[in-house]
Amino acid sequence: MKISFVLNGRPTTVEAEPSTLLSDLIREDLSLTGTHVGCDTSQCGACVIHLNGDSVKSCSVLAVAAEGAEVRTVESLSGLADELHPMQQAFRDNHGLQCGFCTPGMLMAALDLVKHNPDPEEAEIREWLEGNICRCTGYQNIVKSVIAGAAAMRQTS
Amino acid sequence: MLPVIGIGSSPKRKEDARFVRGRGTYVADIKRPNMLTGVFLRSEHAHAIIKSIDVSAAMAQPGVHGVYTGEDMKADNVGGLPVGWGITGKDGEPMKEPPHPPIALGKVRYVGDAVAFIVAETDEQARAAAELIEVDYEVLPAVVGLVDALKPGAPAVYDEVENNLCCDWHLGDGSAVEAAFQNAAHVASIELVNNRLIGNPLEPRAAIGEFEFATGQYTLWTTSQFPHVVRLLMGEMVLHIPQHKLRVVAPDVGGGFGVKQFHYAEEAVVTWAAGKLGRPVKWVCQRSEGFVSDAHGRDHVTEAELALDEDGKFLAMRVKTLANMGAYLSTFGPNIPTNLYAPLLSGVYVIPSIYCEVKCVFTNTVPVDAYRGAGRPEATFVVERLVDMAAREMGIDKIEIRRRNMIEREAYPYQTPMLVEYDSGDPRGCLERAEVLADVAGFEERRLEAASRGKYLGLGISTYVEACGLAPSRMAGQLGARGGLYESATVRVHPSGAVTVLIGTHNHGQGHETTFAQIVSEHLGVPFEDISVVFGDTDRVQFGMGTYGSRSLVVGGAALAKANDKVILKGRKIAAHQFEAALDDVIFEKGEFSVAGTDKKKSFVEIAGAAYVPFDYPLETLEPGLEEQAFYDPINFTYPGGAHFAEVEIDPETGIVALKRYSAVDDVGTIINPMIVEGQLQGGIAQGIGQALFEHGVYDQTSGQLLAGSFMDYCMPRADNLPNFAIEPHSTTCTHTPMGVKGCGECGTIGSPAAIISAVVDALKPFGVSHVDMPATPNHIWNIIRNSSARIAAE
Amino acid sequence: MKAFAYHRPDSVNAAVALSSANENASVLAGGMTLVPTMKQRLATPDHIIDLSGIAGLMGVSMDGGTLVIGALTRHSDVAASALVIEKIPALAALAGRIGDQQVRNRGTIGGSIANNDPAADYPAAVLALGADIVTDRRSIPADEFFVDMFETALEPGEIVTSVRFPLPDSAAYCKFGNPASRYALAGVFVVKTGGTVRVAVTGAAPAVFRASDIEAALTESFTASALERISIDASGLMSDIHADSEYRAQLVMVMARRAVTMASNPG
Repeated sequence: MKISFVLNGRPTTVEAEPSTLLSDLIREDLSLTGTHVGCDTSQCGACVIHLNGDSVKSCSVLAVAAEGAEVRTVESLSGLADELHPMQQAFRDNHGLQCGFCTPGMLMAALDLVKHNPDPEEAEIREWLEGNICRCTGYQNIVKSVIAGAAAMRQTS
Repeated sequence: MLPVIGIGSSPKRKEDARFVRGRGTYVADIKRPNMLTGVFLRSEHAHAIIKSIDVSAAMAQPGVHGVYTGEDMKADNVGGLPVGWGITGKDGEPMKEPPHPPIALGKVRYVGDAVAFIVAETDEQARAAAELIEVDYEVLPAVVGLVDALKPGAPAVYDEVENNLCCDWHLGDGSAVEAAFQNAAHVASIELVNNRLIGNPLEPRAAIGEFEFATGQYTLWTTSQFPHVVRLLMGEMVLHIPQHKLRVVAPDVGGGFGVKQFHYAEEAVVTWAAGKLGRPVKWVCQRSEGFVSDAHGRDHVTEAELALDEDGKFLAMRVKTLANMGAYLSTFGPNIPTNLYAPLLSGVYVIPSIYCEVKCVFTNTVPVDAYRGAGRPEATFVVERLVDMAAREMGIDKIEIRRRNMIEREAYPYQTPMLVEYDSGDPRGCLERAEVLADVAGFEERRLEAASRGKYLGLGISTYVEACGLAPSRMAGQLGARGGLYESATVRVHPSGAVTVLIGTHNHGQGHETTFAQIVSEHLGVPFEDISVVFGDTDRVQFGMGTYGSRSLVVGGAALAKANDKVILKGRKIAAHQFEAALDDVIFEKGEFSVAGTDKKKSFVEIAGAAYVPFDYPLETLEPGLEEQAFYDPINFTYPGGAHFAEVEIDPETGIVALKRYSAVDDVGTIINPMIVEGQLQGGIAQGIGQALFEHGVYDQTSGQLLAGSFMDYCMPRADNLPNFAIEPHSTTCTHTPMGVKGCGECGTIGSPAAIISAVVDALKPFGVSHVDMPATPNHIWNIIRNSSARIAAE
Repeated sequence: MKAFAYHRPDSVNAAVALSSANENASVLAGGMTLVPTMKQRLATPDHIIDLSGIAGLMGVSMDGGTLVIGALTRHSDVAASALVIEKIPALAALAGRIGDQQVRNRGTIGGSIANNDPAADYPAAVLALGADIVTDRRSIPADEFFVDMFETALEPGEIVTSVRFPLPDSAAYCKFGNPASRYALAGVFVVKTGGTVRVAVTGAAPAVFRASDIEAALTESFTASALERISIDASGLMSDIHADSEYRAQLVMVMARRAVTMASNPG
């Protein structure tokens, strides 16, 4: 079936089986491989994207749910040559990533948090990220990155 | 000019420029032209004879290109998966090493054992076809537990392996230990379990095989920590593909932790299937599939005793360990609980004699191999639990008893009774600093405050030492390694003076692109931005043993330093020629070649350019070009160590253990990039906490089903489980590595489980508890509290 | 995932008709359980009837003295709803702790209760608050709705349209999560309305249930200390690798006491 939606700001129409997962549509059909798949039980959060502005786990959403919606993936945060988004920059500055596999999901989850609370504290960040597993960092620098990223976003907005 | 960023700085990581944009290239991201998808049918039984497999219905499905069984691979003369280390038993007999076919032959030996491989146009077609394969199993009784497996009459994982015993191994001077125990004033003893772990790097494993008929060239894309070793093992021993016709690429890899440092069956199967079909074949592991096909870690049962004199000085230690090998020997399986375990049993202490026996045991479980720390967390846990136990029984403060027995800084190099000689260290310095960082002095006040809320606060300590930088080849060879474990690096200086490093280690989160660039920037004076690091491709990088055992900087970095030295020497030769000076008079300093005592000088860039546009070189003694390669084989392991403190608060109503504080002081030798080192320690500590509080690869003891088979049941540490850690370095310089580095990748995982359990036991002191097995889950702790309370009430 | 025919009806009647007309059809709301189950091929429906095209199933409102939540209202919307926070703050708090933020951004109240997972949170609230489950054809009292593990009083093809909550005097929910999955190992929802106390327990048994001993004790005295001498029989409770039945029994009592304390001291 045809699915039409706005992907990273660009109107997009694709043909896909109804049984296609949104994560597969993004990764396989649209070749945006920044959205990762790290588990099969909706636990790890590597696949988090924004659907109509809310963070969702794209591995647990059918692609048809994107019909008429606005979808944003990590690739939307900065262009190829552009400066990084403040949250991306904060992750880089604060060593908030090691292998990079959880990072896109972490970034998208963190940005949904900042939308709800532009100035989140450590405990709130740790709670908010309960659906995002990182095996490398021990989370300390991720928390630090989100605090710094939120601060930078407050300054630029 | 862009800046030189050298040793001791923390530049932003080069690799992050792609990772934060989601522009990394992991194996699952790769699409090859005409690519097919493969899925494995895996055994749902822990132990069964395969009476027959009927693949005809699956083969007839639309889109299906091939359905392969172990028999098909056997018919093609495919070999078994090799083991990289062979150990020898007490009796001088080599370990039992049954064949390990990539797809099961005749019998399945664990839930998850591969039974067939189905290749189709789409994943859905392959999965639908897999459901139509009819396997006629004769189910056999299974054995899961170590103690059970050794019992007479236990189900035999292999008919030809008596008592499921792979090897009965030992190390140390048994008679000296016996004598010391005779004269001991006190003997502390403990029985403990080191829980089975599942490493779960966040990127699931994946592999793509390719074959070009016209050239006979194979390519394997794989999530590996050591692509060259995969090429060697798979090419030579499994698929018999000549090395020059096999390229193995491990691109960006989403975490390893040991789980990706083995040659796995799936790598061989996709490569072989691609050869059969003439089309690329991709397999991407699902997480729940990974739970039953990634090698597991730990899984020991141990009895240990420590003999002490009346002052609490250690006299001797005796350790008996059963180590689970799982159903087949994985690449390093038998090496981990033996060579990487027993030699560390001296810890940071003077223990005059030690004896350790290890029985490696086959069971109907997933193969067990290295997981971050690999043998050394197990050793540390035994030593530190025993020391805690002794302190408690003898009424000595647990910090004090450690102080009394520590190796003093001046005593290094220190020869332990267990083969290894520690070159450097300062356990007391680490401990003293950690006590301050942990605010041990303020603990009692905090404990009382928690008590006023009805909570139990406990303070735990662990010291540790590890042997890493795998490995001095001569020593490794003596211990059974079937090949040396050196590392190689090439420094390619371009005519512009920019540098490409080609190195045999593999970067999967450790920041090598940054750290190695800093080493080049420091040594050659080349701007950090002008250096790039290439790894993970056997067609680009000369050779390498890969990344594991905290070896990349220690061994790979040393090879790089050595190659840098060669570049400088070559540059001096070129400069000498250009200056018409004697080589001995040409010096290289701060990125410049000059002639001593003159104002003649040329920049590194000028010499690099000159190297590629030579005129009238003395061709007998000076070749054009500026590219040097070095292989480095260390003379000893390195021995990072440290002291960790943990503070936990236990809610007696629910049994939940909340980690409140964690403080670590670690001696990792010279630090190249402090930011990256701290990150490695943080991540390592989190994984050790995971082992101590959350993670457990639980099997059903009867059916052999893995009960903790997904993230729904295997508890991964999450952001809200952990506090911030206080971490400080306290470095002594390694005496035998070129830059004084020791390695840092595994420190956290080695030091932390014992510290956490020490704290949990301390918190439960009012209940008369002396040991708690890992993981200290809420149910487990509540049971302990309830049973102890009942016992105390009865007394 | 096995292929299926996809339907996106624009009315409840059309959804019911599709559901009745097609064998092996599943109704899709937020999909937070259904999609993962289909992904693992544990469910292989031939037809998916996606409710997301139906207007009017989303949102929170008051109908007289009753709080009405549309079946497709997401957990995150209930958690953030000023109306829910004002009228039944414990319900908003519960919704705000279901799964993780991404689950809350998709999962719906109707989907959760129709699925009746033994470890889900919403069934405890619906049962303790004595809500009515409104469907395309009738209204079902909570006491009759939750039958057994993954089993409800819904007839084949029957679709939940809203849940109607009477307002309590005070209420609170306390849960102890499974360390791995974060689902409830024991979750206790305590409600006091006039002289009546209702207590529902989720996570501990094969299905949500009312804890009559606890209710009786709290009717006597709505205090945590009234529960000190009560215990709950472990024999009907579940055991797994995270919690044996004895431990679950303990957790139920601890969560009940904490919920009572919270209900007694709101804010």
